[in-house]
Amino acid sequence: MSLENFLILGAILFAIGLYGALSKRNAIAVLMSIELMFNAVNITAVALSRYVVPASLMGDAASITDQAARTLLTGQIFSIFIITVAAAEIALGVAIVIALYRSRETIFVTDATQLKN
Amino acid sequence: MSLGSGTESALATDIAFWVIAVSVIISAVAVVHMRDVFRAALFLVVVFLGTAGLFVLLRAEFLAVVQVIVYVGAISVLILFAILMTQDAEQGSPPNRLRYPVGLLAFLLGAASVFTILNSDWMLLADALPSTLTTEAAQMVNEVYSNTIPKIATLLLRDYVLAFEAVSVLLLAAIIGALVLVRER
Repeated sequence: MSLENFLILGAILFAIGLYGALSKRNAIAVLMSIELMFNAVNITAVALSRYVVPASLMGDAASITDQAARTLLTGQIFSIFIITVAAAEIALGVAIVIALYRSRETIFVTDATQLKN
Repeated sequence: MSLGSGTESALATDIAFWVIAVSVIISAVAVVHMRDVFRAALFLVVVFLGTAGLFVLLRAEFLAVVQVIVYVGAISVLILFAILMTQDAEQGSPPNRLRYPVGLLAFLLGAASVFTILNSDWMLLADALPSTLTTEAAQMVNEVYSNTIPKIATLLLRDYVLAFEAVSVLLLAAIIGALVLVRER
């Protein structure tokens, strides 16, 4: 269990999510793949903040404050915001899928062609 | 690794990591591979739970709880409801024409990422702790990881308070937008 393990897991998860997001026709499957990518990014951010030294901790003893120690948790804060944005995104995405289903009786992204021409 | 370690042994966390990592990747492949969207959504829940487990291994206990509440509790339920509500239109989840080029693209991106990760020189906390960091800094690192939740609260409500408020407004906008989109006309 090292930094590289977590980063590689995140990279693989992101690649799987990217494949799903671009190759699926079902809009809900696309949304699920995007969630996979969000999870991969969260794992990467938290792993980096867990294992990598922040520059603010590298100075001499006098310059190190509480503030500097808290930069250790920046990755976790970023993940909290990513989770929030992902929740907003999935709510809107599901709403759009349901609106599409009501108007066109389909949930395939390839059939949503109202804006074509 | 001594940094912020509790009573857990290295072997136990290693085994936990590999079990979680393998099940997360298998479930992720199942999510993009299954034609049945409902089953894919159930595998997505496994991925979310596995990510929560990884957060615990990374000593991000607060994030693990948030992950279970938001992803497992809210997002997956939302996705399952969406699948149920659109069930009579559902003909599985077939791939589109771009399947093979996109698969190649994703594979190349993943391979490039793995190559970069393995060839980067990471400035690791565990290596820096005895030599580069001063004793005070090392003490602070250990203190931060002994109990992260008060520090996260301070960060969220002091240092990142503007982003915190902006994200609240974003959530409100998303709720109103979703209500407008699905309103019966």
